[in-house]
Amino acid sequence: MSAAFGQTFRVKSGNGVDVSRTLHFSFDGKDYTGHPGDTLASALLANGVRLFGRSFKYHRPRGLLSAGPEEPNALVELRDGARREPNTRATVAELFDGLIATSQNRWPNLSFDALGMNGMFSSILGAGFYYKTFMWPASFWERVYEPIIRKAAGLGRAADEGDPDLYEKATAFCDVLVVGSGSSGLAAALAAGRAGARVILCEQDSLVGGRLRDEHMALDGKLAWQWAEQARRELEAMPDVSVMTRTCVFGTYDGGTYGAVERVADHVAVPRVGQPRQCLWRIVARECVMAAGAIERPVVFPHNDRPGVMLAGAVRTYINRFGVAPGRRAVVYTCNDDGLRTALDLYRVGVTVAAIVDSRPGGASIAAEVAAKCGARFFPSGAIVDCYGRTGVKAVLVRDAAGKAKSVSCDLVAMSGGWSPNVALTTHKGARPTWHDDLCAFLPFTLPPGMAAAGAAAGVFDTAEGLHDGAMAGQWAAVRCGFEATLPALPEAEPTSYAIHPLFHALKGLAASKKAKAFVDFQNDVTAKDVGLAAREGFVSVEHLKRYTTLGMATDQGKTSNVNALALLAEITERSIPQTGTTLIRPPTQPVAIGALAGAHRGRHFKPTRLPPTHQWAEQQGAVFTANGLWLRAQWFPRAGEKDWLETVSREVRTVREAVGFCDVTTLGKIDIQGPDAAEFLNRVYVNAWLKLAVGRVRYGLMLREDGFAYDDGTTACLGENHYVMTTTTANAGGVMAHLEFCHQWLWPELDVQFISVTDEWAQLAVAGPKSRDVLAKIVDAPFDLSNEAFPYMAAAELTVCGGVKARLFRLSFSGEMAYELAVPARYGDALARRLMEVGAPFGIAPYGTEALGVLRIEKGHPAGPELNGQTTAHDLGMGRLLSTKKDFIGSRMARRPALTDPQRPTLIGIRPVNPMDALVAGSHFLPQGAAPTAETDQGWLSSVAWSPSVGSWIGLGFLTDGPARHGEIISVHNPLAGAVIAARVVDPVFVDPKGERLHG
Amino acid sequence: MQTNRYSLFSLLWEACRGNTGWKPAWRKAEPASAYDFVIVGGGGHGLATAYYLARRYGGKRIAVVEKGWIGGGNVGRNTTIVRSNYLLHGNEPFYECSMKLWEGLEQDINYNAMVSQRGVLNLFHNDAQKAAYIRRGNSMILHGADAVLLDQDAVRAKVPFLNVDDARFPIKGGLLQQRGGTVRHDAVAWGYARAADRLGVDIIENCEMTGLRIEQGRAVGIETTRGFIGARKIGLACAGNSSRVAAMAGLRLPIESHVLQAFVSEGLKPFIDCVVTFGAGHFYISQSDKGGLVFGGDIDGYNSYAQRGNMPVIEDVCEGGMALMPRIGRVRLLRHWGGIMDMSMDGSPIIDRTPVDGLYLNAGWCYGGFKATPASGLCFAHLLARDEPHPVAVAYRLDRFARGAVIDEKGMGAQPNLH
Amino acid sequence: MRLTCPFCGSRGLEEFTYRGDATVRRPSADASQEAWVDYVYLRDNPCGPHRELWYHGAGCRSWLVVTRDTRTHQILDVRNARDVMLAERMSPEGKGEGS
Repeated sequence: MSAAFGQTFRVKSGNGVDVSRTLHFSFDGKDYTGHPGDTLASALLANGVRLFGRSFKYHRPRGLLSAGPEEPNALVELRDGARREPNTRATVAELFDGLIATSQNRWPNLSFDALGMNGMFSSILGAGFYYKTFMWPASFWERVYEPIIRKAAGLGRAADEGDPDLYEKATAFCDVLVVGSGSSGLAAALAAGRAGARVILCEQDSLVGGRLRDEHMALDGKLAWQWAEQARRELEAMPDVSVMTRTCVFGTYDGGTYGAVERVADHVAVPRVGQPRQCLWRIVARECVMAAGAIERPVVFPHNDRPGVMLAGAVRTYINRFGVAPGRRAVVYTCNDDGLRTALDLYRVGVTVAAIVDSRPGGASIAAEVAAKCGARFFPSGAIVDCYGRTGVKAVLVRDAAGKAKSVSCDLVAMSGGWSPNVALTTHKGARPTWHDDLCAFLPFTLPPGMAAAGAAAGVFDTAEGLHDGAMAGQWAAVRCGFEATLPALPEAEPTSYAIHPLFHALKGLAASKKAKAFVDFQNDVTAKDVGLAAREGFVSVEHLKRYTTLGMATDQGKTSNVNALALLAEITERSIPQTGTTLIRPPTQPVAIGALAGAHRGRHFKPTRLPPTHQWAEQQGAVFTANGLWLRAQWFPRAGEKDWLETVSREVRTVREAVGFCDVTTLGKIDIQGPDAAEFLNRVYVNAWLKLAVGRVRYGLMLREDGFAYDDGTTACLGENHYVMTTTTANAGGVMAHLEFCHQWLWPELDVQFISVTDEWAQLAVAGPKSRDVLAKIVDAPFDLSNEAFPYMAAAELTVCGGVKARLFRLSFSGEMAYELAVPARYGDALARRLMEVGAPFGIAPYGTEALGVLRIEKGHPAGPELNGQTTAHDLGMGRLLSTKKDFIGSRMARRPALTDPQRPTLIGIRPVNPMDALVAGSHFLPQGAAPTAETDQGWLSSVAWSPSVGSWIGLGFLTDGPARHGEIISVHNPLAGAVIAARVVDPVFVDPKGERLHG
Repeated sequence: MQTNRYSLFSLLWEACRGNTGWKPAWRKAEPASAYDFVIVGGGGHGLATAYYLARRYGGKRIAVVEKGWIGGGNVGRNTTIVRSNYLLHGNEPFYECSMKLWEGLEQDINYNAMVSQRGVLNLFHNDAQKAAYIRRGNSMILHGADAVLLDQDAVRAKVPFLNVDDARFPIKGGLLQQRGGTVRHDAVAWGYARAADRLGVDIIENCEMTGLRIEQGRAVGIETTRGFIGARKIGLACAGNSSRVAAMAGLRLPIESHVLQAFVSEGLKPFIDCVVTFGAGHFYISQSDKGGLVFGGDIDGYNSYAQRGNMPVIEDVCEGGMALMPRIGRVRLLRHWGGIMDMSMDGSPIIDRTPVDGLYLNAGWCYGGFKATPASGLCFAHLLARDEPHPVAVAYRLDRFARGAVIDEKGMGAQPNLH
Repeated sequence: MRLTCPFCGSRGLEEFTYRGDATVRRPSADASQEAWVDYVYLRDNPCGPHRELWYHGAGCRSWLVVTRDTRTHQILDVRNARDVMLAERMSPEGKGEGS
């Protein structure tokens, strides 16, 4: 049926719709109008639209099944461009002016979909058909079959561009979280709120009230929804109560943590500037009252998926809340008294009730009364056994108690198989609900700690009882939080009856051929036949059934299908429903935008950026930066006229080797260690001896993990009798800190020692090169003596610089030149860099970046990150002799295991290509010259490479089997990824100043 | 009982007669009093072991006992990725053997597990990572596997919607293994089960091992909830429950059980054609043939048998996803769940005899067990049949920890939650 | 999941890092190789209550001994690790190297 002109199905002013204002929107390019308070579904329905989408496999025409988040059929692409949201349920998409929606998974259009022919082959395309074919020839899967299947599969299209909207995250704490604002939820919130508890009431809908808005009923003589609004106002007036609408609690996690997503701006076209689209809430609650209501079940009968076949409760929602009649001539099909209300509501708004089909044996007594009142034909013990109308219901075939079938024309079928409590949040921690025959429902049994279920979610379907149940739950939740709580006065509700008799399908007595396409899972097109086939093939466990047929795995997670499927499987396998079991419901209870779960951590804000103290200065120098963990570091400082980075870096290296350069090394971890047992502590965490380090001296130290492999290295200076400052690698700064705390607090708590990380407190600059002392002499305050005698290599001192700035000076060298590391309080780092440039100018000073730093250290054969990769031993690094045999230290025992001391282990070597211009590539492998490239001939790998301006050649560090014994040998450096082989000589890893004379200069 | 052979013809034939002739994919076997081989654990590895034992090693009288329904553990909970892009000599031959078995699996077992060699792309974001991937790629090639190094432009061309430019850690390139890809996970369990069943293997579901009977130092059978089952040789393939089962034999293992979460989005029209792994955060993703984005990240990081995790990792994974592909912001997460990983102390598996005669162990798969399924089955079958390790699994010995011959791909040491 | 740090109160999981089994004890330097392999590599890995070490790195930097049920993630007890170890060292049956 095509769209009618205007909202011809709007029959009255619904309690949730403001008909005084009109909104314009479009669906599949056609313009429509609706009102504030409408959903896309109710607005389209008001306009006479029945056809909303196509199913997944057979591309069957589908209309609305529900009026809520359980909707399996009416999925659309909402908005367009970068804001396109695929698979949006029309039943929860709030209408706004200018809304654009498009149907999906159809070609060329919704009313004619070419893949609708899939349905003709349904006997081939049954459950799991793809496991049985598409195997020949083997190569055709990726090339032929899979692309076809993939194209046909899938629902909506993800946006083509990055999501332009913002998302936020927040954490909230409360005493009592109430999930759901129906009668029970509101009563619970009132009870807890009045007791003074901090309450958060979350309602996934835009309005509070739940089914109080959906039903034509009175509370205290007023319309029920008005009581809900009054309760909301009272709650909002309480200081410690938050009512959060549009907020779906989607998951139960540990420790009373609940995940919730608030749709802050989904109901407007575009969020305001700076406003998030959605906010992810982590709600930490001491107690939770789960009052999430219930979800109605469809009935499985042939062609029960025709547009116009709806859940009875949804029909009432459209009438009462939205003022929309979902049809003109209806058939009500029910197995319980609740479904009968639908007939009365339809009748009240002038819809013809053609028939009431009541499956209960003999029909219920009130059913006949209702039928009489509505003027409907009454079919006690009846069943709907077929349904006609391709894109909209035209008639149903009703079988009466005598077994005679009669056709009843209609455009709406309101069906109710009963209600399934919405137990999802109770099962997220692994507890399974239990089946109750009297209610034909799974009810929560074991609840997560701190959670209580109330109202329809706990199987209490009567409004008066639900109010009471909710109030009790709220009261007790408050009491458990230490509040004195009483039961609030509750409004009077009319009594209701339910009187359900099990009805899951209407297939009994139908010939197999007649059972064609009676849908269990609408979206995934799982039919009763598929359940039968799965059972026949042995997939009789619920988990197997779900996985084999894809039942319950659609975007609605089986909210409307799981119980019917279980009932069918139970019947086929001749087991009871409890014997058949149920699958666990996985979080989230409703699909959640990935953007909301990511929050603001995206793009450049994915991780925080740490900037060294000289960053701003380096920017002004035109530095190029590189990420080093979270740090952003200057990689090199290009100068005008330099043609590429290599020229720049080579110039920086030469500056250090020939004059003086400086580099910000603040990023190295710095840990201040104090206490009488500090030396003993260092002696236990480092492999080498530490007990005799004198005040004013620095020592290199290597740490192992307890498993004997190298962990980290750095220097530690003794600044005072019980005072040390340790440096770690940049990468392990946090890890070493945690490691030291572990060693101290857990392994050796008796040691009197304390640590604190001072990485961010001190700006540390390396000043390196033969002129470094001359530069420093310009800034250290008198009377500090920089002479080689007074302050030799590996000396350390506390002093002042630049006229009174407190500083720490270490005579350390990573470059192999005479060098210092000067630390000043971080706030002086920028000024220090500027001062060094100024006073160093006459000596030719230049800053150097991490790239030159790397070249300098490779030239000196110092291991760094690529060598300290967690897989190497002290022996591999050429530092085996550092391992003290006279003491216990972390890793001492495990480092002695045979495989760690095997001389055949690849060991640190230097590499020089025979042709110095042959560029080495880190990650290449070492093979003997002439050997065929195989795993067996692989003898090691190249870890670090550089063009060395000092050597005039490419050089590298790597690990080679029996390396130290092979200096001088020419080996092949293989990089098969690039198809390259380079002949290179194995050399000592120290390329520059092997005797280390310059250090002491 | 002979089951139907699957083919297009059988499918058409059955369609014509209303699909009434399909037989159970595997029998619901009752336990016999004794077997030559009892495999404990009806997951992918256990079922594959039984299949190869019967098929390749002529094993007879084989049973697989499973405490629940087959395929209910990690084989049905993973993110379906297969690859053989390992670095170390101890690992790469094994995973390459597995890849080759995947390549012929469907014809071998007559079951379409949808082995899709759509490529696995690991991204790198800095020079150090690049060097590490070059080392790895070269190692793969030296071991006879395939690897291609992509530069930034090639990555952009292959996966055009990645956030290359406005990223906190810009993508510099990637290592691609084209033969890697995805496999329909459940089908692997069902396919092996069906194929093993056809070779006479008894698949005994709802039969939980409750104890091990040891006589004179030798394991002679298992106590189960369905009675005692005698066995000449017992193979444990219990993944996350390995420690619990090993404890029945008085053994402590170099294993911790950890929860790994996995995620799937609503179904979407296809736009991700290969498996992509982020190098600057914990996130990897592929798109299933049904259209759902299947993704995951790091383990939660604490010992757990609960098969579910917590929000910090969920958020961390989605942050990685948004950092890498900002167009998925409005795509919705549909389900997340957890599996229990047998995280070993060096991140690599164990296929070995145990100190108890007649008792064999297959464990320590960390979060990489799915891709290993065929080779794990083959190598465990080899060990059970021949009492010596399969040539591609010689490194997976239990005594490697005492010797120090650990196989530590990540270089994280004896800290299972860091592997 | 939330841990109640003895110093900082109830805090979210994201503030902590996990190390593992808190029942293993570092052997003395002259203990057997087997004892060392056990310490570094072998774990009970129980399905049920588990004593384990956590580090409150984003808070007070305390190491904590947490007793937690690995089936339910329920936290049964949280103590300051240093206090636990000191008490163990003091007690007559205290084990560990005691150096």
